[in-house]
Amino acid sequence: MNIDSIRNGIVIDHIQAKKGLEIYDALKLGELDCSVAIITNARSEKMGRKDIIKIDKDIDLDLDILGYLDPNITINIIKNDKRIEKYHVDPPEQIVDLIKCKNPRCITSIEQELKHVFILTDKDKKTYRCKYCETLKED
Amino acid sequence: MKNLIDIKDLSIEEIDELIKVAKNIMQNPEKYSEKCKHKKLATLFFEPSTRTRLSFEAAMMELGGNVLGFSEASSSSTAKGESVSDTIRVVGAYSDIIAMRHPKEGAPLVASTKSIVPIINAGDGGHNHPTQTLTDLLTISYEKGRLDNLTIGMCGDLKFGRTVHSLITAMARYKNIRLVLISPEELKIPEYIKEEIIEKNNIDYIETNDIEEHMSKLDILYMTRVQKERFFNEEDYVRLKDYYILNNEKLKKAKKDLAILHPLPRVNEISTEVDEDPRACYFKQAECGKYIRMALILKMLDIK
Repeated sequence: MNIDSIRNGIVIDHIQAKKGLEIYDALKLGELDCSVAIITNARSEKMGRKDIIKIDKDIDLDLDILGYLDPNITINIIKNDKRIEKYHVDPPEQIVDLIKCKNPRCITSIEQELKHVFILTDKDKKTYRCKYCETLKED
Repeated sequence: MKNLIDIKDLSIEEIDELIKVAKNIMQNPEKYSEKCKHKKLATLFFEPSTRTRLSFEAAMMELGGNVLGFSEASSSSTAKGESVSDTIRVVGAYSDIIAMRHPKEGAPLVASTKSIVPIINAGDGGHNHPTQTLTDLLTISYEKGRLDNLTIGMCGDLKFGRTVHSLITAMARYKNIRLVLISPEELKIPEYIKEEIIEKNNIDYIETNDIEEHMSKLDILYMTRVQKERFFNEEDYVRLKDYYILNNEKLKKAKKDLAILHPLPRVNEISTEVDEDPRACYFKQAECGKYIRMALILKMLDIK
């Protein structure tokens, strides 16, 4: 299957196979006004199978959350048909409203419109704790 | 300082200063009797806690200030469904400083983001209780004359006991601290406290379920109550509540200058026969709670 390469935009590569849609939702790519391609189960020498997302627009997108969801993902920035930048995303210092605190004693369980915020408390172990009750994020 | 939510909000220097002021208040209470004249402390207790609330109120009164507030959620607008954020915004208009207890963990942190006056966390669920920790530190300093070079036994509910977690966090910053952690298997100290505080700070520690085994080494014995409200299951509570009861027999091998602390209220974990032992410091500790809160109120209101 062929998907056209993009001239200007972002290619999110080395996504775990079948996780592409999850990444698409987490980045809210459905809200963009440009073409977005999700390629699932593509062949990969490194991974066997992988997913890829191509965003056909030169936009400033907040990709920090990828560092939490899958730090092995590769970001490629494309300008005038050329890759000008390639990098992995570090785990973000905080995650807002992506995961819910499951502690029934946490204030987030009752306070109106309070955002669920998790803070990176151990970079090496990639440990996140609820900002309010310090409960560990469960895998 | 704007708020006190977690004991970690205070540096060692700030804690030392608070202890110094509190000791000064103990010696010269009349010098402080009008320091907070025309100031108001709001005590917002969304769950009952007689001791902590009265301690805060007595502290403000002894500083010459006034007190307003409520002692349970049912007598506040929370019962009508008001959020913590809204309550705090309103109370900030009526008071100069707020002491707040709430059953939900993190509620005082939420309050601090909305409040125009300083917030003191007076306990949030099983999470933090920094003024209890300050009380414990003042008591240890008062009884032992130091906060370093101590062997501290902690006994009872080390799993849910937030006072234990906070005290360990605070003591971890002082030199040459050794811990003896005494609890039944089900109420052992959580792994994350061990990994992130005790081991990270290279503190020597022993875990045991025998209260007498290391008694002779202890400078401090910190007893705790197995708290019913921290259990979802009544059976577990009933099974574990009488696991350790400290009595004169168990204290036979203890040092002559041991200091026995307990955050109170006690149920039956310290026999009343121990009350007459000069090493029993828990009622003095309750008194220390008032003095350290006086020092804290002065600091937070920036009154010298």
